[in-house]
Amino acid sequence: MKKSIYSLFVVFMMLCVMSCGTATQENDAQGASIEEPNNTPLGQASVVDDVSAANILQVAIGSPDHTTLVAAVQAAHIEHVLVNAGPLTVFAPNNAAFAKLPEGTVENLVKPENIATLTTILTRHAAPGSYNIEGLKKEARKGRKLYMATGDYLEVTTEGDDVFVGGAKVIASIQTSNGIVNVVEDVILPKSE
Amino acid sequence: MKNKNLIIAALAIVTFSFASCDNSSNKSDNAGALSGNMAERAYVAPGEHDEFYSFISGGFSGQLSVYGLPSGRLFKVIPVFSQDAEKAYGYNEETKPMLNTSYGFVPWDDSHHPDISQTAGELDGRWVFINGNNTPRIAKIDLTTFETTEIIELPNSAGNHSSSFVTENTEYVVAGTRFSVPVPQRDMPIDEYKGNFKGALSFISVDPEEGHMNLEFQILMPGFNYDLSHPGRGKSHGWFFFSTYNTEEGHTLLEVNASQNDKDFIAAVNWKKIEEYVKNGGGKKMPTNYAHNVYDEKTHMATSTMKKEVVVVDPLEVPGAVYLLPTPKSPHGCDVDPSGEYIVGSGKLSANLTIHSFTKMLAAIENEKFAGDAYGIPILNFEDVMEGTVVQPGLGPLHTEFDGKGNAYTTFFISSEVVKWKLGTWEVLDRKPTYYSVGHLMIPGGNSRAPFGKYLVAMNKITKDRYIPTGPEVTQSAQLFDISGDKMEMILDFPTIGEPHYAAGIPADLLKPNSRKIFKLEENEHPFVAKSEKEAKVVRDGNTVHVYMTMIRSHFAPDNIEGIQMGDKVYFHVTNLEQDYDVPHGISMIGANTSELLIMPGQTETFTWEPKGEGVWPFYCTDFCSALHQEMQGYVRVSPKGSDVSMKWTLDDEWYDSE
Repeated sequence: MKKSIYSLFVVFMMLCVMSCGTATQENDAQGASIEEPNNTPLGQASVVDDVSAANILQVAIGSPDHTTLVAAVQAAHIEHVLVNAGPLTVFAPNNAAFAKLPEGTVENLVKPENIATLTTILTRHAAPGSYNIEGLKKEARKGRKLYMATGDYLEVTTEGDDVFVGGAKVIASIQTSNGIVNVVEDVILPKSE
Repeated sequence: MKNKNLIIAALAIVTFSFASCDNSSNKSDNAGALSGNMAERAYVAPGEHDEFYSFISGGFSGQLSVYGLPSGRLFKVIPVFSQDAEKAYGYNEETKPMLNTSYGFVPWDDSHHPDISQTAGELDGRWVFINGNNTPRIAKIDLTTFETTEIIELPNSAGNHSSSFVTENTEYVVAGTRFSVPVPQRDMPIDEYKGNFKGALSFISVDPEEGHMNLEFQILMPGFNYDLSHPGRGKSHGWFFFSTYNTEEGHTLLEVNASQNDKDFIAAVNWKKIEEYVKNGGGKKMPTNYAHNVYDEKTHMATSTMKKEVVVVDPLEVPGAVYLLPTPKSPHGCDVDPSGEYIVGSGKLSANLTIHSFTKMLAAIENEKFAGDAYGIPILNFEDVMEGTVVQPGLGPLHTEFDGKGNAYTTFFISSEVVKWKLGTWEVLDRKPTYYSVGHLMIPGGNSRAPFGKYLVAMNKITKDRYIPTGPEVTQSAQLFDISGDKMEMILDFPTIGEPHYAAGIPADLLKPNSRKIFKLEENEHPFVAKSEKEAKVVRDGNTVHVYMTMIRSHFAPDNIEGIQMGDKVYFHVTNLEQDYDVPHGISMIGANTSELLIMPGQTETFTWEPKGEGVWPFYCTDFCSALHQEMQGYVRVSPKGSDVSMKWTLDDEWYDSE
């Protein structure tokens, strides 16, 4: 039962991504006959709100260590997912993590023709639910795997006081208004790759 | 004599019916629906905002609704005088005291006339006030939270209709009694009404900072019916004007007995004079009993205090403070133009509209030219104070608003129309039918020095075939007119809740920046708050159990509770830990004899539950909060009375005991 709801969540997220694309197409197709109101091109990410606590996207944008991640999120047009009601836990690779990838990887991924791949990679860093470092330790203790928005299950392990998700070390945990940002030292890539 | 008058009135009705038919058919010929782009003018594109807020009274629903103009879209129903299960208003422990009165808990009222606070005669958008007609009360709604934050009951009043209008700087919210009653109440024959019953005019001060209301004094007037009122402004600031009917002082079959006098009165009250009199120790302290209910935004709780005394003023003791202006035939609306010079009396049964002049009134008072007195209150001569009449504008005039461009707009119930006329020349400029039988009308800022004369909302009493039918009861209908041109143009129909008696409108830009998004958790001073999951706990005190619960996407803490016993009274004090705009959570428990809670971010609310059976009973989040909303649920185990199951609770199987 739970699985089916998670699946729904994934489908929902994918639809969100897809609908971005279709909306633009429709606009083009209809031309000048009817001007479709398009005052919120980024979905909920367009909402102006300087009162609420910062959300995942705002935290990421505000972090000088996550400029690559933010650029990738913007290239994939998934800003609105990161401001969604969630709850969402995002494992946010820092700039150093992206720098560990083979040269040219990021530059290649942000090309328009590779958006789908980029989106999948980024989405693998998001888990439905709220897991801070304490929560992750509990997952490890209870032997529960973390279900990611792409459908993958990532192992949560501990070494002393350190926590690793899918092999990436979590070095900080930030509570946001719509979930948790866990800063990781590595980009979490599928094992097969 | 009286028969003759009636015949003349009847003739007038017939003549007008024909006359207005002619007019309206002429006008509608040259204004096709497409020619003026009417649909476009009321259209607010998806995602765009309306230009105005309008606060439309909910009448017998007891509430206040928030509509956008020009779209006519409903944005919120603010619970005021009636319980509202959707928002737990009057159901949760925090807001039950808001509906306390000297008669006990009264979960309903008949809300009538909203009025927005003013500074220097212009809308300042801080609060909107509205009166409860049945069990006399005045409510204040905070326009940052759009929630009712204060209700004050009015003693010595009945049918609180001539209310709740504010003075130029919101010094006072003023409320007049429609039904005169014995003051103080006592057991006496009804037919000894005349000369014995009193009509109380209440002046409630508003603290300029916090907005707290205080009943400063009541003027005990003769036993007439005080129908509507409006403040003086500009030159007439410091005065208040009340229309009266039933100056005959009838107590039965009023539709006949209160229609005998050729003229009733508009009572002009120099409240500054009376204020000074009271400040200098004037007036009589009278024992009484009324409730004053205040909601505290920090504790998220209301308290109700019973007040035991009120200052009453006999108008005869303050010479020069009250005068009566004769006004034809049971005036209903009593409206003051933006300059403060003209006081429009809408005699319900009169063929003409009567406009009094403030300047002339002052001159007549100066010259001490009186036509007589009523119970010692001087009556001025009609001819001395009357400035003009709008001759035969329609039938059954009720209310007048102003556009700030020298024009007035009056509703006519019987001839079912809005008539535009010119201040000063009194000529009729335009008339448009409404559907059907219009009561109040509203122009944003229409009760201020500076109206925003772009739109006019006509609030109708009869709907009939206007919408797709919904059985015998049909929604009330409102009509929106564009009044920016010379002629009024109807651009929209929209349904309203309850029965709207009056409305107040204000440019959206004045309120939008102040609208609250969340309550700061660190500012929460609720005595049962849990500001983090670590503070969640369950505490037994005899048969009473207090659950300090938190909610955040997407779980409750705790979500499993054991150790509750039959015969317990369980208080669920639930805090929403979210600090994100538009992420409320709800909660309800199977079989709870109350409503759900709907808790805004940073807020704490409480519901009570008395288990009816042993077992394991679920509760859940009632507001779709997140992708894992369906997972947001929990269980309470109920054991027999005296059971040795210990009191414990958990989230994710890490149990805590209450020692």
